[in-house]
Amino acid sequence: MAKELIRFENITKSFDGSSVLKDLNLSIHENEFVTLLGPSGCGKTTTLRILGGFESPDSGRVIFDGEDITHLPPNKRQLNTVFQKYALFTHMSVAENIAFGLKIKGHDKDTIRDRIAYSLKLVGLEGYEDRAPSSLSGGQQQRIAIARAIVNEPKVLLLDEPLGALDLKLRQGMQYELIRLKEELGITFVYVTHDQEEALTMSDTVVVMNQGIIQQIGTPEDIYNEPQNAFVADFIGESNLLDGIMVRDCLVSLNGLEMPCVDTGFGENNPVDVVIRPEDVELDASGAGQTTGTVTSIVFKGVHWEIRVDSVIGITFLVQTTEHFPVGSKVGISVDPYNIQIMNKPSREDEQVFDQDEAPQGETYES
Amino acid sequence: MNRNRTRLLGVPYIIWVIGFTVIPIFFIITKAVTDGEGAFTLSNLTAIFDQLHRKALVMSVSLALVSTIICIILSYPVALILRSSRFKRKSIILFILILPMWMNFILRILAMQMIISNNGIINHILETMGLAPLKLINTPGAIILGMVYDYLPYMMLPVLNSILSIPEDVIEAAKDLGSDSLHVLTRIILPLSLSGVGSGITMVFIPSMTEFVIANILGGGKIQLLGNIIEQEFTVSMNWNLGSGLSVTLMAFVLITSFIFGRHQEDTAAGFAI
Repeated sequence: MAKELIRFENITKSFDGSSVLKDLNLSIHENEFVTLLGPSGCGKTTTLRILGGFESPDSGRVIFDGEDITHLPPNKRQLNTVFQKYALFTHMSVAENIAFGLKIKGHDKDTIRDRIAYSLKLVGLEGYEDRAPSSLSGGQQQRIAIARAIVNEPKVLLLDEPLGALDLKLRQGMQYELIRLKEELGITFVYVTHDQEEALTMSDTVVVMNQGIIQQIGTPEDIYNEPQNAFVADFIGESNLLDGIMVRDCLVSLNGLEMPCVDTGFGENNPVDVVIRPEDVELDASGAGQTTGTVTSIVFKGVHWEIRVDSVIGITFLVQTTEHFPVGSKVGISVDPYNIQIMNKPSREDEQVFDQDEAPQGETYES
Repeated sequence: MNRNRTRLLGVPYIIWVIGFTVIPIFFIITKAVTDGEGAFTLSNLTAIFDQLHRKALVMSVSLALVSTIICIILSYPVALILRSSRFKRKSIILFILILPMWMNFILRILAMQMIISNNGIINHILETMGLAPLKLINTPGAIILGMVYDYLPYMMLPVLNSILSIPEDVIEAAKDLGSDSLHVLTRIILPLSLSGVGSGITMVFIPSMTEFVIANILGGGKIQLLGNIIEQEFTVSMNWNLGSGLSVTLMAFVLITSFIFGRHQEDTAAGFAI
């Protein structure tokens, strides 16, 4: 694994008496694309602002490249930020915006001109030097904001929901551009978003946060396929989040229906949370399966149908499938053992936070 | 129908503008380019170059300039303090700043006269302390004091408004790119608040330049501003043609000034909502 570049040590922070970060510990490595993901108020932006130097933690330390930077002001830190609302200097041209940091560092005119041209090329806006920021579209303004940050060759680029103000199509395009930029520049990206799709698309590592506590750290695949608790499962993608009893290793009971699974080590007859992704629920028109149910609704979502099935065991399954099942039809329901994810019921504080924040079953979390 | 009704709403303002702006200006300009017998002449306009009038114009412009600069200098620290996130009681401070504006401005100037006159409050305090009295009233400084006292809110509000409307993330972006506090002030806050200063200048410099009541009360008639001379031409000398000519000259001066500073003020026109 690459060298550790940033370390948050036991960071706590509260605003007006309400705790925003509770004993946060996090390592970020060189050339890593780390995304802090969570609903609003989860502390992700505060974490980024502490790293940028705009907030100071109540306790704990921030280590950057082996140095304690906890109390270093933002202008002395070797990192640059891309703000959500671009934060361009409207009284300056595009070139002056980009040159702002370079001039402070005292580079000569030729170097500044070359670096402006290079950074504009990186973000695909060659020749925009003399334009006024206000004459540019939102997407172009955000690219200028990125160029203004990366032109200083920071070791880390902080991005605070930089695509939040852009429309869907532009957002998706920019996601690929950011990945490409990170490859070309070879620097660390710390990215904050509440959009789970964005996090899964771009990140090397996703840090899922809720109520000031890190819920899970892992690759996008880990986070999606192996959520560690009900919050993560529910926040990342849509899921059927069910109460189950772990009968023994590799066998879980849902309202009495025993289903084979592949998880072990949850003891015998222990209550557990069970996650089944909607795309993993298989329906059969002939009624064959582990149990049966009745289709109560079907909605066309473009790439798939979204179906709700009331099963005879009393559980409503959310199902995504490319096949069409008419409302009222009887269907068989089955789930492959590999697609059943078992999680411990919350027992520690950092898992219990989900209870206070529970979203309706099977719905994506909207922040 | 809707459109006609909207037009109907404009009628009172049209009457107002015609009655109180267009017709008076027409009369003033007519008077300015004619003599007592009604014959065409430019002498009322060129009268500004007479030594007495020229001196009064220079005095008017100088006092207005100094007052405006003092207003700008006084406005910035307050605006910067109110901007700082640590300062919670913004509305109370704003209220205190605006409070004097609730009182008639001549009353305020008369109150100032009581404070700085030769046997006024300041000299009374100096006397009881055994110090020599100061000559405060009837000086250019007294007129500047009165103008600043009267017009400061008109500078402070637009400046404050433009400084408060600078988004916090723009300032954070500057710091992020390596600016220290002084650099943020000179490169970000000052240029982004120029529009407020522009509005403030229009609303402080122009009325100061045409001022005569403050000069009458605090200047004791000893300091002649162009406004005082115009007033006397109309009320004492009864030479309305000369008074109109000087008015038109002053108006031209005002128009040039507001053209220079008016370009910056569009965005802060709404600033008075505070």
